[in-house]
Amino acid sequence: MKIQEADAKSLLVAQGLPVPPWEEAHTAAEAREAAKRFFADGAEQVVIKAQVLVGGRGKAGGVKLAGFAAQTELVAQSILDLEIKGIPVRKVLVGPAADIVKEFYLSAVLDRAARRILLMGSAEGGVEIEQVAAERPDAIVTIHADPLIGLQAFQAREMAFRLGLGAHLKDAVAIATGLVRTMLAYDADLVEINPLAIVNVSSDDGPVTQRLQCLDAKITLDDSALHRHPELEQLRDPDEEDPADREAREAGLTFIKLDGTIGCMVNGAGLAMTTMDLVKRAGGEPANFLDIGGGARADKVAAAMRLILADPKVNAILVNIFGGITRGDEVARGLIEARAQQERDVPMVVRIVGTNAAEAAVLLEQAQFVTAATLDEAAAQAVAASKSAVA
Amino acid sequence: MSILIDAGSRVVVHGLTGREGSFHGEAMFAYGTRVVAGMTPGKGGQTALDGRVPVFDTVADAVRETGADTSCIFVPAAGAPDAVMEAAAAGIKTIFCITEGIPALEMIPAVAMVQAAGARLIGPNCPGATSPGRAKVGIIPGSIHREGRVGVVSRSGTLTYEAVQAMTDAGIGQSTCVGIGGDPVIGTTFLDILQLFAADPETDAIVLIGEIGGAAEETAAAWAAEHLRDVPKAAFIAGRTAPEGKRMGHAGAIISGGSGTAASKVAALEAAGFRVAGSPTELPQLLRDAGYRD
Repeated sequence: MKIQEADAKSLLVAQGLPVPPWEEAHTAAEAREAAKRFFADGAEQVVIKAQVLVGGRGKAGGVKLAGFAAQTELVAQSILDLEIKGIPVRKVLVGPAADIVKEFYLSAVLDRAARRILLMGSAEGGVEIEQVAAERPDAIVTIHADPLIGLQAFQAREMAFRLGLGAHLKDAVAIATGLVRTMLAYDADLVEINPLAIVNVSSDDGPVTQRLQCLDAKITLDDSALHRHPELEQLRDPDEEDPADREAREAGLTFIKLDGTIGCMVNGAGLAMTTMDLVKRAGGEPANFLDIGGGARADKVAAAMRLILADPKVNAILVNIFGGITRGDEVARGLIEARAQQERDVPMVVRIVGTNAAEAAVLLEQAQFVTAATLDEAAAQAVAASKSAVA
Repeated sequence: MSILIDAGSRVVVHGLTGREGSFHGEAMFAYGTRVVAGMTPGKGGQTALDGRVPVFDTVADAVRETGADTSCIFVPAAGAPDAVMEAAAAGIKTIFCITEGIPALEMIPAVAMVQAAGARLIGPNCPGATSPGRAKVGIIPGSIHREGRVGVVSRSGTLTYEAVQAMTDAGIGQSTCVGIGGDPVIGTTFLDILQLFAADPETDAIVLIGEIGGAAEETAAAWAAEHLRDVPKAAFIAGRTAPEGKRMGHAGAIISGGSGTAASKVAALEAAGFRVAGSPTELPQLLRDAGYRD
């Protein structure tokens, strides 16, 4: 699960990491009031950042500066009017603009190949790390945490020195170890600071000092661990979750909406992807990825059918079940029940093999379903049905 | 020979008294697997599978009393990493973890501990393995297999069944079929299994079934290019139509930052001499095209 920058920053603050202050605003007027408070505290400029769960906000015009409160309102409105990669901006983050001396990149990420947590840093911060990795891999420093004893202080020091942060050693070590601690505390796949920056900080009475601060934050949480962190569930952004995704999640189904016309219902993730691929290969376009999971019962099948039919573009359905734990006759009963309830009549091709396939075949024949023996045949039939529905 | 499991494997089922454990434990037993023990804390002294299998409180007890050398774990996600470590600590050498939905970071120390114990973990979130005609551990339906000499390795469950059924229907039997699991952190990789198959005198050809996400297929392909040059090899990769940035059911099946795509995996496998199928049903023919004869 991805969470918004403001929420990610809250988690970092809870782990004691240095993050400059911010406020969230849902309207331009709220942004203006927030800005007033930051200007009163001595900020010379404020930064207004779109809160959307996609990358490339800056390029899309979703990150801007303002020099006074009224300007903040205008800028915030312009950002709230944006759509970034198809997602309307519904809120912005407002904070004092940092006086940046130098930007860095630092992240803790699950390295699946090494089966370890990887601490990754670069002295080239503020740009996309994938681009740095592709163009200048030498500019990226990588250090693995030990799988049993975790990241040690000497490793964090090594990272700091290799990034040229020797003058900020204590802060850099605290941040590096803090990223790994944050990852473990919340079961995150990724905790990324880009940029981590040396900034000039002026205090009321003293001279300007340089400090290391986390200016941005990106955290991705492990969906399999959310049950251990019920407090994080509220960070799920309802504005950015498709209603179909929510219904699927609540029904215990894995559903991903795509752009095509052929609805797919499959048991097993690998087979569900394969079914989509074969629809495409047969000349059609899959409307969704849908895994009903192992041992799916009739009610789950009916919920899956509702999800598929809720997409108005769907004009044919392909059901592909290879029964192992899942019993074919249970799925067949669910299909019969679902068809009796459904409001829209869409041609359906059903293929059920494996456990209790013979019983399923009898039920489907009695209910006059169109069936197919192989997956390739089923895909071809579904594509033909979809095409004749358009014609 | 086969790999991982054979007729001599002595299996302890963690959670044999539970719903999943008893259902699949029975199926394993019926297939001829030597299910020698169950393990459920607090149920030591009881029996399972209609009185045929003793149940123990700890894996250590099961190992001592029955000589179990293989674990099959059906316990819920919250207790599964602990179950893996208990098996390793008790001296079990081959550990299958079927459980799905384990937090990835919890598997990191568990995998490290298994390695330190000199054991092997397959999974988690895997369907297990079958050496046809000898033994099956996990949830793969026994009926889809045929005895033979092709080694099958896959990240998936039902997709494996699809491919294996197609091979069996075409008269091509299998030495061992292994599902390594769809999670980001797994104990045994494609590369590990290819190395085992390479050393198995009863495996003459390889079928690899991968999917989007990570780079394990590419790593295995690079090794195969060098070490399995003359072995007939076929592959299938799921997820050619999967969009970037979406987790396709399996926790590990995600294209991120342009890496982990089906195209990259297909290219790596083809460069290594695998014949890559457009549909799992084409795998038998591709094996024969690659020179495999039963």
